[in-house]
Amino acid sequence: MLTLGLILIPLLAGVGVLVTKNNNAKQLALIGALIELALAIVVFIQFKPNATQQFGFKYGWMASAGIHFSGAIDGISLLLVMLTGFLTPLIILSTFRQPYKNASTFYALILFMQSALMGVFTATDAFLFYLFFEAALIPVYFLAAVWGGENRIQVTFKFFVYTIFGSLFMLVALVYLYFQTAGTHTADISSLYKLALDAQKQGWIFWAFFIAFAIKMPVFPFHTWQPDTYTESPTPATMLLAGIMLKMGVYGLIRFILPIVPLGLATWGKTAIVLSVIGLIYGSIIAIQQRDMKRLIAYSSFAHVGLMAAGVFSQTLSGVQGALIQMLAHGINVVGLFFIVEIIFSRTKTRNIEQLGGITQRTPHLTVYFMILMLGSVALPLTNGFVGEFLLLKGVYETNIWMGAVAGLTIILGAVYMLRLVQKSMFGAKSAFTEHFADLSFSERAVLLPLAVMVFWMGLYPNSFLKLTEPAVNNLLQMIHY
Amino acid sequence: MLILIPLLPLLGFAINGIGFRKVPKSLVGIIGSGVALGAFIISILAWNSFNGTPQVVKIFDWISIGTLNIPFSFQIDQLSLLMLMIVTGVGSLIHIYSIGYMHHDEGFGKFFAFLNLFLFFMLLLVMGSNYVVMFIGWEGVGLCSYLLIGFWNKVTNYNNAARKAFIMNRIGDLGFLLGIFMIISTFGSVEYTEVFAKAANGSFAVNDAVMVTITMLLFVGAMGKSAQIPLYTWLPDAMAGPTPVSALIHAATMVTAGIYMVIRSNVLYSLAPSTLALVGGIGLATALMAASIGLFQNDIKKVLAYSTVSQLGYMFLALGVGAYASAMFHVMTHAFFKALLFLGAGSVIHAMSDEQDIRNMGGLRKHLPVTFWTFVVGTVAIAGIFPLSGFFSKDEILAHVFEHNKLMWGLGILGAVMTAFYMFRLLFVTFFGEFRGTHEQAHHLHESPITMTLPLMVLAVLSAVGGLMNVPHVLGGSNWLSHFMEPLFAQAKQANPALFAGGHLDHSTEYMLMGVSVGVAIGAILVAYNLFISKKTVPAADKDVTGVAKVLQNKYYVDELYESVFVNPMRKLSDVLHSFGEFLIDLVVNGTGRLVQWLSGQARLVQTGETGFYVFAMVLGILAIMAWNFLLK
Repeated sequence: MLTLGLILIPLLAGVGVLVTKNNNAKQLALIGALIELALAIVVFIQFKPNATQQFGFKYGWMASAGIHFSGAIDGISLLLVMLTGFLTPLIILSTFRQPYKNASTFYALILFMQSALMGVFTATDAFLFYLFFEAALIPVYFLAAVWGGENRIQVTFKFFVYTIFGSLFMLVALVYLYFQTAGTHTADISSLYKLALDAQKQGWIFWAFFIAFAIKMPVFPFHTWQPDTYTESPTPATMLLAGIMLKMGVYGLIRFILPIVPLGLATWGKTAIVLSVIGLIYGSIIAIQQRDMKRLIAYSSFAHVGLMAAGVFSQTLSGVQGALIQMLAHGINVVGLFFIVEIIFSRTKTRNIEQLGGITQRTPHLTVYFMILMLGSVALPLTNGFVGEFLLLKGVYETNIWMGAVAGLTIILGAVYMLRLVQKSMFGAKSAFTEHFADLSFSERAVLLPLAVMVFWMGLYPNSFLKLTEPAVNNLLQMIHY
Repeated sequence: MLILIPLLPLLGFAINGIGFRKVPKSLVGIIGSGVALGAFIISILAWNSFNGTPQVVKIFDWISIGTLNIPFSFQIDQLSLLMLMIVTGVGSLIHIYSIGYMHHDEGFGKFFAFLNLFLFFMLLLVMGSNYVVMFIGWEGVGLCSYLLIGFWNKVTNYNNAARKAFIMNRIGDLGFLLGIFMIISTFGSVEYTEVFAKAANGSFAVNDAVMVTITMLLFVGAMGKSAQIPLYTWLPDAMAGPTPVSALIHAATMVTAGIYMVIRSNVLYSLAPSTLALVGGIGLATALMAASIGLFQNDIKKVLAYSTVSQLGYMFLALGVGAYASAMFHVMTHAFFKALLFLGAGSVIHAMSDEQDIRNMGGLRKHLPVTFWTFVVGTVAIAGIFPLSGFFSKDEILAHVFEHNKLMWGLGILGAVMTAFYMFRLLFVTFFGEFRGTHEQAHHLHESPITMTLPLMVLAVLSAVGGLMNVPHVLGGSNWLSHFMEPLFAQAKQANPALFAGGHLDHSTEYMLMGVSVGVAIGAILVAYNLFISKKTVPAADKDVTGVAKVLQNKYYVDELYESVFVNPMRKLSDVLHSFGEFLIDLVVNGTGRLVQWLSGQARLVQTGETGFYVFAMVLGILAIMAWNFLLK
């Protein structure tokens, strides 16, 4: 029942926000998101770290056809539920200094998005998963298309069509799998795990899933929608996209590709790792010369997610565990970084690092938070990014030493572009844009402090998360290596 | 108790860092230095209670994944105790010195916070009981180095130097990280005790490919951190940081982490003589190259920086011939005299109102007597003149090299000649002759306060007598340090006895070697004396330098080479990928989009419906798959 609550609370809160006046919307939205967070914490505490599905619910949807409205939480879901529950109130709070037109619609869309995301991460029925997967796209599309930058219409249209297009492949795959199940058929995800298709069919299904999830994350070469969309979207939407929504793709890889098409993976896994690693290096190199802070972080996000995908495709315990912990870490760091970009932009009206500089002279607080998030992002030990990258690279290395070495270049390239970002914007001489720069306000600190705490918590004691997911991951991996 | 050693500096960091601009200035220095001294005192207690057998203290399980557990734990043994003494001892002195040196700086609190944070990570590095904890410290000190090189972050050049240091270190760190992965896949553990026991149990032949690869990868890390060819160019630039930072991080402690790592892994390295050969070769090449650059530098800190790179090269040379204890001996004496020299240089810079070019100095011995005399001690020590510390440690290294390979010994002597020359050139040009600075500077000349001169005096004593730790038998000593460290190499001896079988030199040869190295050093000093005191030569202005001297002054143009071979092409590639690469991929994507649009347009002609062609295509697809599926059945 708790799981159903996780889906319904933001939905109801969203409806509530939609019908209130614009000037109360953000407070109400924050309250709704905090209630959701409280529920997520209850789930976190009550969760037993074993491989079972917990807090499940199941209602007939098209029951006679074996399709249900059902959801539950295992360790893998839990981590993403926590991520969504934790980040959404912070994303809402991050907008408090920035007035948005039609605020009630704006905040309602964020909450609808959260509801759909919770659905994606907890659905135990394949068609329900698909439904939420598509539903999550709609609110963020409107957020980007209505409140975005100059080129928003063109950019978001491409984003929308591209991702819908990708999802269709998944739908086809799911329908096919559905008809392979015994008897009157079932769309229960765990029943799909029991299908034993021949290698060739698995190959086709592998690619259908891969394209759907690769576009969502995105993985090279399906990424060209991403930098534009991240840059043009209003920052809260960018945070939702990069912080949480791209994890739908990684989650999909873990939940569907690993256990359902192990033979397809055996054939095509190497290709997928190569694409992922190409994206990792390609994105990192492009990030080096970016001037727009948002676009720089967009490319860095593209690079990071490439490593996560490579870790999942490595089919090793380290790789998958690394991907999970890195999803959490990346969500935290990227939301923090995009927020800092927004803070700088709101004060200077520019995101061009060539026009910035010297900000640190007046802003000890901003500097410290920026450094902490930067260090997490470049995977310095004792920050959250290190644990993820260490395990991911170890996983990739275990599959293929050379791939591991090439992927390892990320620790160098990441330092190159992130240090440049910090140096050009924060250090050096002041510019005309940064002459009068106020340090963080209370609400801004209220967003950044929890993020910074998480950076260190995860970096200092990652076992508090690794222990939750390991049984579920082992369970999945056993299905592959039968 | 042990955990307090790194925890105290962390506490200092927290107080001075979080209380930035709130803790009163008078307290900042006391807290910052106090925690360092506290760590030093506890280290002494740990030394006294050490009973000869390694002790591992587990704090908590850090990362657990399947059967691999990486604990956060410490190991106390001969090696970590020696490093603790250097880090906390010399560290404390430099903290105290900084109270005086940084007194007028607006970032006083920030400075002590970073310095304490550095101590914390450095202590993790040397105390960790496994490679991953070492890696935490390893990267952590890199971060502090970055923060402190770019301490005055208004200056773009300093920021660039800081960034360069971090990135070059990261190149090395990738090697280290891959080495760790290989250690995990080979031994199933990262704990030193387990790894070394498994390595030495006879299952690995000498020069086993796995051993060679692991040690090579680890050595890549060492090259970055300890500034060896080809990853050394960051260290001279790192002199942008405040001088106490140069003394502590870029001379006495952090840059010796690579030597620590090799000594720590001596079991693995002893099983990989091929790697050792490379280590020795790189060390020697670095020692000579850096020393030759040092001959023509005119920035007081740059001379010392190249000298550090060169001395680190000697340490790797020692490691390369399997003389682990000698390398450690030189780490210790070098920590004393190089910290002394840097702090002395700091005192000069302080007196000269931030002037660093020795061509604008001269005659300073009258104005800065304490700085001068302590600087003399440091210079004589590093030049390897009997009986100061540098003589013993350098001589021991060269004796081992002589046993190993006469040519390498000859080259080592050549390096020693250059060392003596550039150091005495520095001493003479700075402290002797006439003052060549501005009137304003002359008026302002003063000896530094006691917080600065006291550490100088302590370090001068250590630099003078430090050699007594390991006086060889031939000079009536007992080789205390070598005996103390012997248990560290027991497993390595068992695994590869041949490496340690080298016959001992007879006494007459040893006397001969000592005579040669001291003799040539004195010769070099006399040449320097003749040039800079008798003839009162002042190094030429940059534009008048020509020929070989110009190449050396410009550091063989290696920075320019890296710039044009690595940095600029990478930037270019970034631009090309962003413009052309992305355009090309997008072309395909949009093309596919158009194709689908066109196809559905065709399909729409067949159908009457205006909208929903996606849905139609979708349903059609599903039906086709279902039909295909039923047919197959």
